[in-house]
This record gives sequence, structure tokens and C-alpha cells, in this order.
Amino acid sequence: MPFDAPEELDGFREQVRGWLEENCPASMRTPMSDDEVVWGGTRETFKNPDSKIWLERMGEKGWTAPEWPAEYGGGGLTKAQSQVLSQEMRRIKARPPLFSFGLWMFGPALLEFGNHEQKARYIPDIVMGKTRWCQGYSEPGAGSDLAGLQTKCEDKGDHWLINGQKVWTSYADQADWIFCLVRTDTNVKHDGISFLVFDMQSEGVEARPIKLISGSSPFCETFFTDVQVPKDQLVGELNKGWTIAKRLLQFERSSISAGGFGGTGGSGILPPQEYAKQHVGLDESGRVQDGDMRARISDHLMYSKAFGLTVQRMTAEAKAGQEVGHTASILKYAAAKMNQEKCELLVEALGTDGLGWDGDGFAEDAKKATRGWLRSKGNSIEGGTSEVNLNVIAKRVLGLKEHQ
Amino acid sequence: MAFVLSEDQQMIRDTAMSFARDELPVSHLRDLRDGGANGVDPASRAKLAELGFFGVLIDEAYGGVGMGMVAMGQIMEAQGRTLAATPLLQTAVLGASLLSLGGSEALKTEWLPKIAAGEVTLALALDEGTHHAPLNVSTEAERNGQGYTLNGAKRFVPDGHHADVFIIVARSFGDAGQAHGLSLFLVPNDAEGLTVQALNTVDSHGAAHLSLDGVAVSEAQLIGAPDAGWEVLEPALDRGRIALAAEALGSSQAAFEMTLEYLQTRKQFGQLIGSFQSLQHRAAQMFTSLEMTRSCVAAALAAADDGSNSLAELASLTKAKATELVHLVSNETVQMHGGIGMTDAHDSGLYMKRARVQEALLGGASFHRDRYAKLNGF
Repeated sequence: MPFDAPEELDGFREQVRGWLEENCPASMRTPMSDDEVVWGGTRETFKNPDSKIWLERMGEKGWTAPEWPAEYGGGGLTKAQSQVLSQEMRRIKARPPLFSFGLWMFGPALLEFGNHEQKARYIPDIVMGKTRWCQGYSEPGAGSDLAGLQTKCEDKGDHWLINGQKVWTSYADQADWIFCLVRTDTNVKHDGISFLVFDMQSEGVEARPIKLISGSSPFCETFFTDVQVPKDQLVGELNKGWTIAKRLLQFERSSISAGGFGGTGGSGILPPQEYAKQHVGLDESGRVQDGDMRARISDHLMYSKAFGLTVQRMTAEAKAGQEVGHTASILKYAAAKMNQEKCELLVEALGTDGLGWDGDGFAEDAKKATRGWLRSKGNSIEGGTSEVNLNVIAKRVLGLKEHQ
Repeated sequence: MAFVLSEDQQMIRDTAMSFARDELPVSHLRDLRDGGANGVDPASRAKLAELGFFGVLIDEAYGGVGMGMVAMGQIMEAQGRTLAATPLLQTAVLGASLLSLGGSEALKTEWLPKIAAGEVTLALALDEGTHHAPLNVSTEAERNGQGYTLNGAKRFVPDGHHADVFIIVARSFGDAGQAHGLSLFLVPNDAEGLTVQALNTVDSHGAAHLSLDGVAVSEAQLIGAPDAGWEVLEPALDRGRIALAAEALGSSQAAFEMTLEYLQTRKQFGQLIGSFQSLQHRAAQMFTSLEMTRSCVAAALAAADDGSNSLAELASLTKAKATELVHLVSNETVQMHGGIGMTDAHDSGLYMKRARVQEALLGGASFHRDRYAKLNGF
């Protein structure tokens, strides 16, 4: 349904407003601290009990996934209705009820490539936040060259047998299920990859957290030793997993550049110009005293603004059917640069206050900024390095040829 | 905010693009240069007038078409593609905006229809130093009975060498650096005491230094209230900055396309040079900057039409981004073309020369970074 009459939308808006008024708990209308984020799944502890109620109510409406088909528990809303919903949620400052790789990445891919049984089996639990998913993509020997992955998947007649290792598996130690790229043909590269899903509780699965330079991380290395996976858990056709993988990377790059980057530091951190004002000081005319730092902060703010406008423009053009190809690579490249610059400026403006690690003597926001700066170095590596994104732009958008 | 053109706007874009391509190609600028025209081109000017381009920002009541800045931006982008030397920025954007925003009814009735019909060339004469500094005006406007006497000098006035009428920014009160005390005056090019020194500029568009030695103007020639010219000047400058950014975007896009084509045809070491990763990455970075600048230009043009209160911020954002873009792309165009890019016979150099003028006029990147910081309170 591409068109929603304005009066119908008005009616819908009223319904939504009324429903939210009744069902969104008061504490879910306050800013969310990092440790109150709800990722769902069987290990979810719901630090704030209201967040459980909020997730259940939104999940039952299908409004955690507003545009997914109602048949599988989604909201079944049109794009316009879904926009109304997010506007109304923003209006009352409602927290997102669920953060989820199932919602952002696996679900959209499954809806596109999965069969009916698979959708019926997995989608409703994603919508309700009952299953937490992780992504098994990168391997120690397959990072930027992802298609070089070696995790072996053998057909044993009544099941698949998996052996190998994944790395940078975000939250593998917290997840219930994994969607995973495996090698089903060793003679060809891209055409020997398949897309499997399986239970992280299966025998032979082990996830070990990785500590990053920032001191902690959501990442794990994940080992598979003779893991048996039922045959019906192959998504799409055998050896056609790369098509799904590429599509899913687009979802990942879009969700990263839409603001899901690690390293922004989370809540409580001020914009760089505020730290510059406090720590560097202003001259008589109200300018930050360090003219060079001031210019670089201004330049960064402009870059951010230009980035935001570009996201808006590309969204508008996509709606009008004039999409620039491979938008996601352009945005991912720019978002990484933007976030890293911001993190560098934050630490620079904080001066020695930005060089603390833990304990007393450093403000909480400053310590967060420091950790965030370290974490942000991964922004140009994760989800496709900046160099790989530039390759994609050069080859797929600009049509430049491969080196012979 | 509209990022997608309306049907009318798309139509004017198509017209402007084909006009620039067919009637004002880069070779036309080259011919003008080699013929010593110094950017003065009455024949093309007449054709632009026929297309109605001079009246795009002017209300229908005064003989224009009142299509607004989004439409004007398409025309500026088109002329940027081929480096066309036209009086559109000074006359149709700055002149028309200043008169529309601040002109008395009598001035509007007298001048706007002439601008719209393409019968007159205007030139805003503002800067007095070598860098854009709109408040650093020392040219004096001394009140005497029925009018004012102007004394001072203006530097590098675009179209100044062939303008029929100038809009002179002068100080009727206070000191250089202050916004209050500026007044704007309409002065014909044959006014007594006005000397126009034509300049041969690097971009072959030409410009002029002016000196004003006891130029007498009547009160009726004032645009905006006396001492309060800044209220009219600042929003008009912002329109000019956005329009010039659109022009620079067009130049960048065209230079980039020319370079991309070269990368896809030139061979060295038995390979297309466009297959070398160092060049691919630089091309991809340029493309990303182009896309981001395009978003800024579109947003700023729309903001000017919507009467947005963030016009100043968006104008500085856009002029800064377009300035950086055209600087980068013009340099890379020469570099990636190698030796041929250094020759006068190739167009690379023309793009780089015009780029520097686009950058300097109405404020470069550092001017607008400073202004953006001020607007954001630091």
C-alpha cells in the first residue's frame, strides 16, 4: 500500500497516541542509561522491570518491527504509518523497547530469503524479543576478504556438521541463536558459501569474550567443534549464501551509519565544543581561545551536519525512486570518519582530563569519552573497513575496473 | 525540506543544463579568453535573458517568474559545469535579492523589471581588502542635505568591469567591523567621481577595482534603511553564497566526470590507471564529498525558499563544503590527468583557476568555519 490518505493517517495517529499514553510506562519515557538497554533473549535480566512490560506490550502489537508482516507477528504497518509511530514515540521520548540484531539484520534477510516455515519459526520470537541472535561472519583468516571464510559445513545425510572458528561475533556469549556463513564447497569461493542458523546451546559451541583496547567489548571468538545442525536450518539455497550475506551487510552498514556505532561513548558525554569552552576557555569575543582547535571542531560539526543531510536526501531520493547505488558504503565510510573525528576532538578538548583510565580523579563523562575514543578506532574496521567501502564505491558506483 | 525537485524545477534544470552544454561549453570561455573579452559576453547574456533566467528570483509583480532559489540553484550549477562567465550571481541573485529585500517601492518598480528582462547588469561592491570581510567597510558615506557623498575604494568586484549599476556598501556611522552603520547605495557606472579599473583575472571572468572620490548619491538611491543596510545585506549575501556554492558544485561534478573518464581510458604499465587502488580510493573519496556537498546545497537552497531561520548556518555550511570540494576536485583533476593536465590546451587548468575564484568570493572555508562556530556559540 504505497499511499496513505492524510485523514486515515490522522486517525491512526490518534489511535497510536492513545495507545502509547496508556501503555508506555512513565519510566520508559526517560533517557536510558547504557546498562538499561534491553537486548532480549533468554539471558535478559531487565534491570528496570518496566522495560519488561514495555517490551511485552510493544511486542504483542508487533510494533518492535512495525513494518514486518502481521502474519509472522510484525506490526503490518505501512511505511507512512510506521513513521507516525516513530514520531509519536519520539514525541513522548519513549525508549526503544528492544535493541536486536534479529530486528536490524537477520529478520529483514530472513523475510527476503527464508521459506514460510522458517519465517513462522523465527520471526515471532524476534518481534517479542524472546530470542537474541548473533552474527557469525568474520573469521581469523577472513576479515575484509569475508568470502575467504573456511568454517566447514559437511552434509551428513540427516544433519549438517560444522567445524571452524568465527571471530568478532558480537555478544556471542549472550546470544541464543546464531546466523552463520559456512563453507559448503571448497572448490569455489563465493559460490561455495551457505547461510545456516543454529542454537548456541548446541554441543560443540564455545564463545569466549575478547577484551579490546578500550578495556571491554561486546565481541567474542566463537569455536565450533563437530556441531550438528538439523537440515531444515539452511536458509536459501545451498551454496547461495553469499547473496544473503551481501544483502545482510547492507542492512548492517545502514544500521551502523544510522547511529549504531560503538565509540560515541553513550549518554552523558557533551559535544566537543562544550569541553573546549570549559577546558580551553573563551577569549573576550566569546571564541574558543585555541583558534586551530575551534576551526577543527567547527569543521567536524559541519561534516556531521552534511552527513545528516545526506542521510535525509538519500532517504528522500530512495522514496522517489532515484537511489544512488550502494548508498550504504558511502554512508558507512563517512560515518566512520565522522565518529572517529568526534572522539578525537572530545579527548583533545578534555586535555589531560581525557587521559584517565578508571578510579577517582577523573569525571565519569571524561572516562567514557576516553574509552569511547579507543573503541571508535574500530569504526573504520568493523562492518567493512573504510578501504573496502572505498573499493565498493570505486568499482560498483564509479565503474572503475579491477586491476589485472 | 524538499530534496527532490518539483516538475517545474526539474524543467528549468534540464533547460539550464542543455543550454550550458550546447551554447556555453568550456570552449566558449576559452574563445572569450583568447579573444580578449575578459568575460564580457553580451550575446550569451541576451540568450540567458531570453530564457528568463534573470527573473527567477523576482516576483511576478515586477516582471519576474518568482521561482525561487531552488530553481536558481539549478541554473548556477549548470553554468558551473562549463565555467560559463555570466552576470547571474551578481545581477540575478545578489542584485535582485538586495532590491527585493530592501528596495523602496520606487526602486523596485524601476529596477526589478529591467533585471528580469536582462536589460541591466548590477554589481554588489562590498569587499575592500583581499579577503571577504563584509563588516570591514571603511568606504565613507557622509550625509549632506538631500543625500550622501561616498569616498573610498572597493576591490575585486565581480562583473564590476561591465556593470551598468553598482550597489555600493558604505559606512554612514561607526567604525569598520561593526554591523550597525552600514548603508547600501545604488550608483550608476557613469556617476561622477567613480573610477572603474578593469582587472584581468586568473579565471578569465574579469572583475574590477573601484574608487569612489566624492560620488554624490541621493537618499532615493538607498537600499534598506540608513545605517541598517546589514539587515538586507546579510540575507542577500547568504543567498549569494548558496548560489555560488551551487555553481562550485557544478564545476566539481563536471571536473570529476572528466577525471573519471580519463581514469577509465588512460593506460600505463599496460593497465587502465583507474584500476590502481590509490587512484580508486581518491576517486571514491571525491565522490563521497560530492554527494555530501550536494545534500548541503539542496538543503540550503530549499531553506532560502522556506524562509528558514537556519539560513545563515546552512549558507556557511554549504559555502564551506563547496569550497573544500572544488579545491580538492580541481587539484585532483590536474594531478590525475598528469602532464596533459598541466597544458593550457586541456580544460583541467581552467577548472582549477575558476575554482580559486569561487572559493574566495563571499568567503572561503576558513571564513565560514569561523562564522559557523560563532553561530553555534563557540
